[in-house]
Amino acid sequence: MELQFSQETVPVLRVLIFGPLAAALLLAVLRRESWIRAGALAATLALAVFSLKLWWGFDRATAAFQWVERARWIPWLGAEYFVGVDGISVCLVLLTTLLMPLCVLCSWRYITSRVKEFFVCLLVMESAMVGVFTALDLVLFFVFWEAMLIPMALLIGIWGGPRRVYAALKFFLYTMAGSVFLLVGIVALYVRTGTFSVPDLMLHRFDSAFQSWVFLAFALSFAVKVPMFPLHTWLPAAHVEAPTAGSVVLASILLKMGTYGFLRFCLPLMPEATRQWGPWVLGLSVVAMVYGALAALAQSDLKRLVAYSSVAHMGFATFGIFALNPEGIQGSMLVMINHGVTTGALFMAVGLIYERLHTRELDRAAALGRQMPVFAAFLGIFALSSMAFPGTNSFIGEWLVLTGAVRWVGSEPAGWMLGLLVGFIPAVVLAAAYNLRMLQRVAYGSPQNPDHRGIPDLGLREIAMLLPLLAAVVWIGLHPQPVLRMTEASVEHLLRRAEVTCVGDGPSVASRGPVPAQTAFRPQSTGRGTGLAHEKIPGL
Amino acid sequence: MNFLPELALSAGLLALFVLCLGDDRARWARRVAGLTALGVVVAAAATLGREGLLFDGAYRVDLFSQLLKLVLGAGYGAWVLLSDALPDVRPDVRAEFYLFATVCVAGLVTLVSCVDLVALVVALELSSFPLYALVAMRREAEGRRAQMEAAMKYMVFGITATGILLFGMSYLVGFTGTTSLLEMPGRLEPWLDEPLVWVALVLTWGGLFYKLAVFPFHFWTPDVYQGAAHEVAALVATLPKLGAAAVLVRLTALTSPDSHALVVLLTALAVASMLYGNLIALWQTDVKRLLGFSGIAQAGYAVAALVAWNEAGYAAALYYLTGYVFMVLACFVVVCRVSTDGANLAVHELAGLHRRAPLLMVTLLAGVFALAGVPPFVGFMGKLAILKAIWAQGHVWLAIALVINSAIAAYYYLVLVREACFRDAEALVPLPLSPATKGLCLGLIVVTVGLGVAPGRVFQSLSDGVVATLGARPAVPSLVGPSAPGAPNP
Repeated sequence: MELQFSQETVPVLRVLIFGPLAAALLLAVLRRESWIRAGALAATLALAVFSLKLWWGFDRATAAFQWVERARWIPWLGAEYFVGVDGISVCLVLLTTLLMPLCVLCSWRYITSRVKEFFVCLLVMESAMVGVFTALDLVLFFVFWEAMLIPMALLIGIWGGPRRVYAALKFFLYTMAGSVFLLVGIVALYVRTGTFSVPDLMLHRFDSAFQSWVFLAFALSFAVKVPMFPLHTWLPAAHVEAPTAGSVVLASILLKMGTYGFLRFCLPLMPEATRQWGPWVLGLSVVAMVYGALAALAQSDLKRLVAYSSVAHMGFATFGIFALNPEGIQGSMLVMINHGVTTGALFMAVGLIYERLHTRELDRAAALGRQMPVFAAFLGIFALSSMAFPGTNSFIGEWLVLTGAVRWVGSEPAGWMLGLLVGFIPAVVLAAAYNLRMLQRVAYGSPQNPDHRGIPDLGLREIAMLLPLLAAVVWIGLHPQPVLRMTEASVEHLLRRAEVTCVGDGPSVASRGPVPAQTAFRPQSTGRGTGLAHEKIPGL
Repeated sequence: MNFLPELALSAGLLALFVLCLGDDRARWARRVAGLTALGVVVAAAATLGREGLLFDGAYRVDLFSQLLKLVLGAGYGAWVLLSDALPDVRPDVRAEFYLFATVCVAGLVTLVSCVDLVALVVALELSSFPLYALVAMRREAEGRRAQMEAAMKYMVFGITATGILLFGMSYLVGFTGTTSLLEMPGRLEPWLDEPLVWVALVLTWGGLFYKLAVFPFHFWTPDVYQGAAHEVAALVATLPKLGAAAVLVRLTALTSPDSHALVVLLTALAVASMLYGNLIALWQTDVKRLLGFSGIAQAGYAVAALVAWNEAGYAAALYYLTGYVFMVLACFVVVCRVSTDGANLAVHELAGLHRRAPLLMVTLLAGVFALAGVPPFVGFMGKLAILKAIWAQGHVWLAIALVINSAIAAYYYLVLVREACFRDAEALVPLPLSPATKGLCLGLIVVTVGLGVAPGRVFQSLSDGVVATLGARPAVPSLVGPSAPGAPNP
């Protein structure tokens, strides 16, 4: 192993992966419900603060994996305990750890039965989610990926709404059916190369038929998770039935695992197949954007509305990835983070309505804003963010994806590409339509409104859980450079790998053999499409 | 000293026999059985790594046999803890119940050491006959004689399978002129292209497929699971399968994968077992029948591992079945404790378990998710090992059939989870658990997770054991690192 990894003395990732698990074990022996709530909050807060080390200590100049930990795990299988973060994963790890305290806060009153089990599940989820984003060994990745299913299915199935059992089963079966193909792909890669380690696998170049099959196996599994258009049907069911914290975790973090998978595995390991199948993914992404928005427009249940808007937003994320240029991928990363922030906030807002009215019907919640002005202000900003209003976080992300899309069309224009590009127009317009429709109903209502007298406005705890998200919306909206700079080097390296191994049929660096590790991992400061974060973004 | 586990068992058997002469000795019998299990575990652990050939080369003690004895002993101990009140066994034969069970385990413990066909048949029968009796020992309820039907079915099928096995073995002996499995590979070598050798081997396999419940020798499985008392079904479902797999490994290693017909046949049987078991299990409403059909599918996974035809595959099969013993025991603990009167349990009767006995629910979750092959439980690592072994040998389609089957199976396993975790029953009678049961539940959870998260030592020992016991064959490099260079393109 001649890869250059930066080493740290404190095993940050180990703490972030196993810390929640240890906290869950501790919670399991506590008895008083108030202690359990406080313990869960303290643990997630401590981990969130601790994870800021990743933000301050992250070396933004390199695409190499940082905070790497590598140890023997199952030698006979070739599987290792191998974790590390680069610019792509570090953002998602931070998103996870920073959102978890808010998830605990929004379950404070919402969860009244089996409190201990709920928070234990939530903490186990945190462990698995951080594990998924940091694992650099395919077996380890798969273990975390699948291990997450059980607590998530329990969250939906035990603490969910009336059709929770159906939703939990559907969620589990869809994801399980998808991930068995991921397993096949992993085994195929191993048998071909003799390693499960992702950085080592990146040094190999596979023939196109093999790439194609493995890509399809991986992509199927990730597409279920994203979810991409025809495989999305588990999502509304799961979102609607899940408790608030479950919806937040599902929308803000779990969905990112699909897009993360594309970025981490499909692009660098199967670059040719990515090009080959890319147009299909792009087409499905545009369908998802339009279809998700149309479906959201037709919903009368607030949670369903937000759920379908997730389908639309994730369409932007997958489009950005498969546009295969720096703007697209950085935009896609930003869309993922923004979606985590905004949709998480919207689900929390819906949860607040539900706690007050015990319904999520849009008509029953009409004119709630008159009784709850503070809430209406929050909801207004989050709805604007969801429709990508300039000045909010989503604007930057979707704008970058659009730039990436235009550039992708510009690279080798063709009629069908323009057709896909045109699909962005209804997607953006409809996003404004469904968000404003929701905002208008909830904030102002119609001449005949249900009687909301006596309903209290937001309390301190509730403001405390929405405020960080509001701050994120504004901060990323006005000053996205810090986030973009985190991902820049890694995205650039990712694209160079994809290009190096793809360009033409002639002998490329990679086709002559494994890329020397040093060249593969040394970041480059010049070249096409670099320095995005340092440039002034037009349109701001 | 190499004979220590068998001695411990014999001592326990004698004590049980003496106990059975009196009346109402069931509790004492259980204690003696538990101590015997402990003795086997300790003795097997103490003799781990010893080598020896006993009884004129008919009985071989090595890492392979002692490791399996250790697992058999541990599984047997868990089973004794599981068999507590025996509500559905006739009260006057409860002491004998433990005696028969111990005889069965004694048969299995000798079976894994047998390297001579005659000794092997004797051990196999020693482990089978007590089970026939145990199945029939269920209490006779009004209008229900299912236990007799099940016992008859089990016995008739069993004896037929033994007949087939003996018939096949007679050919093997005819070809080689020896009954010793140690000498047989060398003598069989020149005949390997002879179709009659394949017939001989297939017939011999048949007898073991019956024990393992592989299609088309599976017909007894659901009926016996349903007709026998829960405790008996738990025994039938677990330990004999591990014993049968140990012998199957020895017999499969007699031939080489160059015999294309055998590979095709084994692949077909594996796929048929998986598909048949999983598809029929989808429709079951009785928990034990469901576990029975799932057992047929799981046997298919184990046979699939044998198709790799090398040490990696054999070790994967044994590792999978080792895990399987504990996953199934975890499920049966729940069945035994939830059905307090010993009556058969319908799936919907699990409803409300999360309120009645949370620990049982977690145990069921561990067992069921392990069977479904979800990490971090042992079932996942087992399937991964199997997949890796067969893919490395180029059996890509078999690997894909296997994962598709695990996806199908996920549904009916989830149905159990749905009832136990998500549904509420009208009357939620709490289920008090004895400390022993709690300990057993925790132990089974720890084992199913532990074998899945840190399988390194166990698997390494198993594959070392397989390599050592199959001796003559060269060590296969594919256990570690990249495997056969000629792995085909999927």
